[in-house]
Amino acid sequence: MMNNAVQNNVKISTRNLNLFYGSMQALKQITMNIEERKVTALIGPSGCGKSTFIKTLNRMNDLISGVNIKGEVLLDGLNIYKDYDVADLRKRVGMVFQKPNPFPISIYDNVAYGPRIHGIKDRARLNDIVEKSLRSAALWDEVKDRLKHNALSISGGQQQRLCIARVLAVEPEVVLMDEPTSTLDPVSTLKIEDLIDELKGKYTIVIVTHNMQQAGRISDKTAFFLQGNVIEFDDTEKVFSRPVDSRTEDYITGRFG
Amino acid sequence: MINNMTNKNIIINMNKNLNENINENMNRVAGNASVRLIDKFIRAVIWFFSFIALGFLIWIIVFVFIKGIPHISLSFLTSPNNGKNEGIWPMIINTLFIVVTSLAISIPVGIGAAIYLVEYSKPGKVINTIRFAVETLAGIPSILYGLFGLIFFVTIMKLSFSILAGALTLSIMVLPTVIRTTEEALKSIPSSYREGSFALGATKLFTIRKVVLPCAVPGILTAVILSTGRIVGETAAVFLTAGMGRNIARNIMESGRTLSVHLYILAKEGISFDKSYATATVLIILIAIINMASSRLAARMKK
Repeated sequence: MMNNAVQNNVKISTRNLNLFYGSMQALKQITMNIEERKVTALIGPSGCGKSTFIKTLNRMNDLISGVNIKGEVLLDGLNIYKDYDVADLRKRVGMVFQKPNPFPISIYDNVAYGPRIHGIKDRARLNDIVEKSLRSAALWDEVKDRLKHNALSISGGQQQRLCIARVLAVEPEVVLMDEPTSTLDPVSTLKIEDLIDELKGKYTIVIVTHNMQQAGRISDKTAFFLQGNVIEFDDTEKVFSRPVDSRTEDYITGRFG
Repeated sequence: MINNMTNKNIIINMNKNLNENINENMNRVAGNASVRLIDKFIRAVIWFFSFIALGFLIWIIVFVFIKGIPHISLSFLTSPNNGKNEGIWPMIINTLFIVVTSLAISIPVGIGAAIYLVEYSKPGKVINTIRFAVETLAGIPSILYGLFGLIFFVTIMKLSFSILAGALTLSIMVLPTVIRTTEEALKSIPSSYREGSFALGATKLFTIRKVVLPCAVPGILTAVILSTGRIVGETAAVFLTAGMGRNIARNIMESGRTLSVHLYILAKEGISFDKSYATATVLIILIAIINMASSRLAARMKK
């Protein structure tokens, strides 16, 4: 299944990852290699564990009480639960959420928020980072004249791109996206997809999506989750055209899910 | 012939159906009318009750104003209160002094407690105990706070009758209001803001300082308004701790009489009902000014 992973650099790998919510097991023995500067899509029906999985990669599950994790998650070969400070980990592994969640402050301050956490105070440097991040998120031209406006005054699609800019501002290496377009209209969705395509040369992207066409359009690799297991993980093209497992085929062809 | 018969039957049946339909519709219209009547009646009752509530408020204010305004003069407002003069200038200043001092103590403590309860504490016995204590504090009559302040702050801590002793007592009294109002404000902030901040590598403290607290400012201002109202209106807890000094307190260790206490003394000692109505008028206007200023500030902050 993962025979061609050797040819590329592995950015994140999980080894026998198990996750429990209390006594309920949400992830079962997940061993996966996520390649550097590729887009990896996680698909599967609701409740299959794909969102839970992506949240373990930057330890967002730490915030939920009653979560118990066994196994290893390695970032550049080092264990994220032992060898990294959690703030440093999240700086390197950023996250974009399902619902756009800009802070109710100005557009500028939203983007500058991350750099300020990490101690950047110099105005000129912040200006630079804000412009660069907004340009990378394909939002600069739309908001450059109203950087001081409240971030909640722009449209949902713009807010989501602002959230992406906010993540890019801390110069992460990995960007996790948890169904980033599920609350957006088709035009905004398309803009985000184009953006992901542009970003993948520079960042390692892991995206959870409900939308199989989207997975097919934007990802290099696809993992199919079902009831806490990874059923199939391979090149997107192969998963969609010649799935090995019959359950993958059933899901992709819309027979369930 | 047979065809004719059946046709006739069909027509009769159709007429019957039509009649039934009309009857049904008319019933429905009648039903709607009675529903509308009940609706109107209930609306009238509700309107009447709210008018009574509002009416009493207006009655009290108008009554006090009519009795009080003729006795308000510039010298009444600005002269000191000693044997010769009967002014309330010292009481106005003392009231503001005690409000500011009490808020300076209770707001930081209350916000701190609310942040702990909402952001840090894990559900359990400790939290239940704290919540129970806060709730109980809210239900204690103010005279008990006064007695406690008299024994603890005035006597044991040797603060004597002073603005500080009064402010400390009032702080404990308004603490439940501050904590609960701030707690509600903190709880209403979407958790997605906190998640967004954590996901960027922010610590809990940074998140609270930069995202959570700024969002909670309108709620905190509500706490300030409510507390101010209670402090300005309090008598029992104040005269047992801040005393009845008739002069402007020059520092927090001096005794000072607030407007409410002054009003109480004027009325109780039967010194002058005219002056007590005049004082009450000033008190009401002062509260109105403080409330308007605070809510205008809150509105500006929300932008």
